[in-house]
Amino acid sequence: MAASNSSDAFVEFERVQKSYDGETLVVKDLNLNIPKGEFLTMLGPSGSGKTTCLMMLAGFETATHGDIRLDGKSINNIPPHKRGIGMVFQNYALFPHMTIAENLAFPLEVRKIDKSDREAKVKRALEMVEMGDFGGRRPSQLSGGQQQRVALARALVFEPELVLMDEPLGALDKQLREKMQFEITDLAHNLGITTVYVTHDQTEALTMSDRVAVFDDGRIQQIAPPDQLYEEPENSFVAQFIGENNTMMGTIKEIKSGVALVELDGGEMIDAKPVNVSEVGARTRVSIRPERVEVDKSRLKPGAHTLKAEVLEFIYMGDIFRTRLRVAGNDEFIVKTRNAPDQRRMQPGEQIEIGWLPEDCRALEA
Amino acid sequence: MSDTASKAPVLAADGTPLKRSLNRALRVQKMRALALIAPLLLFVMLSFIMPIGDMLFRSVENQIVENTLPNATQELAKWDGSSEDLPPEPVFRALYHDMFLAAELKRHTRLGSRLNYESTGMSSLFRQSGRKLDDAGKDYRKLFLVVDEAWGDGATWQSVMGGAEGATPDAALVKAQKSQIYRLDGEAPRGQLDFAPSQDVSALLPLTAREYTAFAIVTSLIKKDDLAATKPFESLFVALADDLSTADLSGYDGPGADNLRALQASGLPTPNYTEIFGEMDKDWVNIETWRTIQIHAEPYTSGYFLNAVDMQKTPTGVEMQPEDRQVLITLFVRTMIMSLTIMFSCILLGYPIAWLLANLPMRQANVLMILVLLPFWTSLLVRTSAWKVMLQQQGVINDVLVWIGLVADDNRLILINNETGTIIAMTHILLPFMILPMYSVMQTINPTYLRAAKSLGATNWTAFWRVYFPQSIPGIGAGSILVFILSIGYYITPEIVGGTKGVFISNRIAYHISSSLNWGLAAALGTILLVAVLILYWAYDKIVGIDNVKLG
Repeated sequence: MAASNSSDAFVEFERVQKSYDGETLVVKDLNLNIPKGEFLTMLGPSGSGKTTCLMMLAGFETATHGDIRLDGKSINNIPPHKRGIGMVFQNYALFPHMTIAENLAFPLEVRKIDKSDREAKVKRALEMVEMGDFGGRRPSQLSGGQQQRVALARALVFEPELVLMDEPLGALDKQLREKMQFEITDLAHNLGITTVYVTHDQTEALTMSDRVAVFDDGRIQQIAPPDQLYEEPENSFVAQFIGENNTMMGTIKEIKSGVALVELDGGEMIDAKPVNVSEVGARTRVSIRPERVEVDKSRLKPGAHTLKAEVLEFIYMGDIFRTRLRVAGNDEFIVKTRNAPDQRRMQPGEQIEIGWLPEDCRALEA
Repeated sequence: MSDTASKAPVLAADGTPLKRSLNRALRVQKMRALALIAPLLLFVMLSFIMPIGDMLFRSVENQIVENTLPNATQELAKWDGSSEDLPPEPVFRALYHDMFLAAELKRHTRLGSRLNYESTGMSSLFRQSGRKLDDAGKDYRKLFLVVDEAWGDGATWQSVMGGAEGATPDAALVKAQKSQIYRLDGEAPRGQLDFAPSQDVSALLPLTAREYTAFAIVTSLIKKDDLAATKPFESLFVALADDLSTADLSGYDGPGADNLRALQASGLPTPNYTEIFGEMDKDWVNIETWRTIQIHAEPYTSGYFLNAVDMQKTPTGVEMQPEDRQVLITLFVRTMIMSLTIMFSCILLGYPIAWLLANLPMRQANVLMILVLLPFWTSLLVRTSAWKVMLQQQGVINDVLVWIGLVADDNRLILINNETGTIIAMTHILLPFMILPMYSVMQTINPTYLRAAKSLGATNWTAFWRVYFPQSIPGIGAGSILVFILSIGYYITPEIVGGTKGVFISNRIAYHISSSLNWGLAAALGTILLVAVLILYWAYDKIVGIDNVKLG
């Protein structure tokens, strides 16, 4: 998140703020650098400011304060049609009164590209998204997925260096969405274009992106590659927003060689990795992924702290087992175990002991 | 048959054809739906479909000539209208007796008004002749009374016409005269007629028997008087004199036979009907009068439609009206051009408003919407009268223009009582009908289309013109149809602010309905207007497609 050297940044947000009503800030002091060719996803709950950022980049909203630069040039005062940024909208925004080919030709026409060139480019773009035969149809005659591809082709046909996508897969069913996720990333990487992708679907963000920027409350909470984001959340919001997490409140008792000893509110002691807490005696929220919880005591390191747990519910989910436990007074403690031959199925009412590696349990700010 | 056999009908589970079971299953729903729309359907039938049907009928209906002068029109049909000779005596003879009966029932003036539409002067000709018809009859009456005082008595006539005791009554004649009077009067004569001419008398004195029967029906069934105590029509003396001039009384021995023989022997002059009419009014011996009657005697006429497009029927065929009577085509063209002007003004003024309405935040849009709808809450008359105040030469607008110095005080603009006034006032009044359909269409245009166009490199104007405008066309179409059809038939506003130059065809229709009472012409004008609108609607459907029209 720190201002890295801005020379290789293609898109830069510098101290950008945005307010609609002059009273509250929707985007608070945003700094962001996107290198050329990166697929960056802006992820966050609704109202977190991610779409506003995208609209400022596209030119439909003006920044109240700060500077947005594209390829080193400030674009604050450039109208949207001169920015040359491709954009895919949530509802596709295909012009209903034009055929697919006319839709694709539109950006070329307004750029005064002559007819033969135009036709060649439209054809190529349609073939790129495997829609070559659909040029003569109207948008209303296409399925959602097909419209999505056409919208993508239209955003790419004039060969922009930057493409913005505003929840483009929101209206598709799950299967189609997964297929399109793959196609979009594939296309973006093959063409080498820089992509800024907005979504509130964390799976989508994790599977597609080079980097994910998690937005909340008008700020970027963490920006990191997907694996890092998932495994090493930097604060409680990210930990809870990305994936599933078990959290427990406690107090830091001792920090020794990168491992913190935390006393939970129920009096139990556990080991955790301190992330953004450093003082002994500070309140902390410890967070552990359900799949990192070890239920087989024999696999734990000797001397590791364990907690007593009671099995409340066992859910068979095919590839995994999902077990709900009562741990340290928390009834919603989830454990996920792989459906493997040697994996035991726990019965409700059973008393077990659980533990984890200290580095999997992150002590975050309360 | 063969194609039903080739396609075997799909059967329901119980073996009945699926279509039939489906119909049965849906019947209750259909009946319920029908019951729900029945009151409206009935209302529309009574207040819309039937009046339109009646109007269409009236525009060609012309039975009045035949109904008023049944015998005369029959005789007249034999006359060659292109000849230079007056119609022969039998025409005048029939006319005299038809007219007399019509005048007794006060129906002849209606026919006069009807024929006056075709040729001025007919109305007064009929009205005055109606009064003078008695004169000839009175002359004959005197001659009759000289022979025998009893001829002045109703009872004498009744006994003569009724024939001897036990004579066969001529029921057919009574029936024929009843139906003639029904067609003449528009109301069926009710009640039992206690008189019928005997067949002997009606064979011997056919004209007298016919006219006396009519007299009897009028007297006892319509006027409810005692037949024997009523003075007979003057025309009966003429009729009897006419009959006696040819009748052979030698074998007759019915009641009053001697009296009749005495009359015949007294040397009564045979009535010369042509002369009688010539004395009444010299227009009756003018061949043009007869040509007019003959041309317009058909029960169904294209005359009203021809009049509606400034043409007329003449003995030599259809031709244009004289220049000074040609007003209607000009009026139709003006109505069309002004309606189009109003429609385009509404589009120009309404489009930005509708756009604002569709794109402003909710709160402001609501305020604007109220402003748009405000005219609907004010009486049409009040609004139009307000324009009268605004637009007159000493009115607000002229005052302001003079004050600013745009217009010289002695050269104030004439904004009212002409086309300008009508266009301004009607544009204002019809504007909501343009804005509302436009608004409802624009509301459905997602603003992201404009954003998408801009992100693709279109300037604001290109984005609007290439992306937004085409999608708003259905709204423009709907508004245009609505405004055009409303304005083409508009009446009140042109009437108040239009003066003479700014009136529409509808004002002419109203004039013919309420002032000149030429309903046939009004109906023909209305029908032409209706057809014009339907043709335009059809053309619009062909060009733009009615499916593209969204009214909300």
